Amino acid sequence: MTKGKIMKINLNNKEVSMAGESFSVSELLNLMHFTFPMIVVKINNRLVKKEDYERVFIGDGDNVEAIHLISGG
Amino acid sequence: MKSKLEKLKGTCIGIAGCGGLGSNCAMALARAGVGTLVIADFDTVTLENLDRQYYFREQVGQKKVLALQENIKKVNPDIVVQAHDVRLGPDEVVDIFKNCQVIIEAFDRADMKLMIIEIVTECFPDKFIIAGSGLAGYGENNALRTRRLGNLFICGDETSEVSPELPPLAPRVGVVAALQANQALEIIMDDLEPAVGADVWDE
Repeated sequence: MTKGKIMKINLNNKEVSMAGESFSVSELLNLMHFTFPMIVVKINNRLVKKEDYERVFIGDGDNVEAIHLISGG
Repeated sequence: MKSKLEKLKGTCIGIAGCGGLGSNCAMALARAGVGTLVIADFDTVTLENLDRQYYFREQVGQKKVLALQENIKKVNPDIVVQAHDVRLGPDEVVDIFKNCQVIIEAFDRADMKLMIIEIVTECFPDKFIIAGSGLAGYGENNALRTRRLGNLFICGDETSEVSPELPPLAPRVGVVAALQANQALEIIMDDLEPAVGADVWDE
């Protein structure tokens, strides 16, 4: 993260401004208070597998969708 | 409308899990006239299941896939039912559902829901998957909805987790199962296009 930089992403169809240049998926989910353990995450319509949350990064202009998967069926 | 209904006869839909979501969704799709249903589950019908799952007293102790096949056939004997008594993992999902246009996720556990979403997105980028998420309890009709993310649809309220205080009950489970079935009909009857480039991230 670089001081002073602001990035804007689209998270679940809402524009969100964040201080920094990029965040890993894990960091973003923590920052955005996604609390349940299972979440579907798509960046620019591509699915990020759970095992890749640390190594896939979100940057300025990305379209991010994150939806909780809740047990029960 | 008639030709659209005709289209259903030539359609194959997969249902992963035959509990509350899967059994009710299968019956809705069967009544609507879907030609082939591929159903998979490893479980057995219990007395406790009858509070929300589409089974009957005399079926307690039977394998769910066989009991569900029987119930579908009672409604419409012409429907082709492929029943798989199996515990689904990634390999089985790919093998069993490879000929289905649409796959219904009807598991109980959230980690299984994620597993099938990941494997279907990765291996079948042209198929649609319709998942259920958040259906416990009662009331809150208008919280139950459907969201689309590329080739993935998620039906439910995305918050109500099953617990001893918030059990799954027939009406809300049934609504979510019907949302999933209804979404499948829209995909087939309106020829929804799969999203372009909606696969898995790899670098």
